[in-house]
Amino acid sequence: MIVPFSHVLILASLLFLMGAACAVARRNLIMILVGVEIMLNAAALALVAGSLHWGALDGQAFVIFIFAVAASEVAVGLALIVYAQRRTGSVMADDYNRLKG
Amino acid sequence: MTLYGLIFYLLGGIILVATLLAITSRNIMHAIVYLIVSFFGMAPVFYLLGAPLLALMEIIIYAGAIMVLFIFIVMMLKVEVTPISAWAWLRQWAPAVALSAVSAAIVVFLIWQEPAPQTVLPLAMAGPQKFGRFVYQQYWFAVEIASFLLFVALVGAYYLGRQKPGSEDKS
Repeated sequence: MIVPFSHVLILASLLFLMGAACAVARRNLIMILVGVEIMLNAAALALVAGSLHWGALDGQAFVIFIFAVAASEVAVGLALIVYAQRRTGSVMADDYNRLKG
Repeated sequence: MTLYGLIFYLLGGIILVATLLAITSRNIMHAIVYLIVSFFGMAPVFYLLGAPLLALMEIIIYAGAIMVLFIFIVMMLKVEVTPISAWAWLRQWAPAVALSAVSAAIVVFLIWQEPAPQTVLPLAMAGPQKFGRFVYQQYWFAVEIASFLLFVALVGAYYLGRQKPGSEDKS
């Protein structure tokens, strides 16, 4: 009725790999967190599509937990970035090459 | 192709282009605004796939709360845009793009040659009432754990972000 399941899966995997490339290639800590957010969102899309495909609500229930994990991850991650910026004065990952800052 | 299919492909194109612009944008504020566009495009896709409550939560939590938190932090930290040379840019992006392209090719090939995912998705809708009943009947313990996780994250963010007494703010 809507689209094949495989097209949704391909969209989700392309989004996930874009997020992974962002988390790997960018040097800014905030952009690394953005990449992680994109990956979590792609996983949520795949779970919702699977939930519709098999006619079970479990996939949608897992998306709720993905939202909770994403929210707590971004809160702690951004607090860590603020803490690290206070300690070293930089948010670039290249500048964190000493154990004692 | 039905109208719903057309809407899905349109939204998929919007999401992919907005995410691509977000991960390649040099300015972080532009990247975050493109990401908000991507999440706003994702919400109708959730609605099309039969999850209206999750579509609303996508807008409220992702595009609302999380992205506003990112914008606050970017404004707080005064992140400057450092110009880098083309060679350094290429050295940053070439391995990531190469690995992602290989992985994407493999994943698309695997999904394509499998017969089971080729079935067309049905048109169904799980309303918020039904969904809430299901979550609180089947996964009530996981909901409690998620709430505990959020509480721990709150305490952790507070602990990391507090000022030491007697030290002035340098940032």
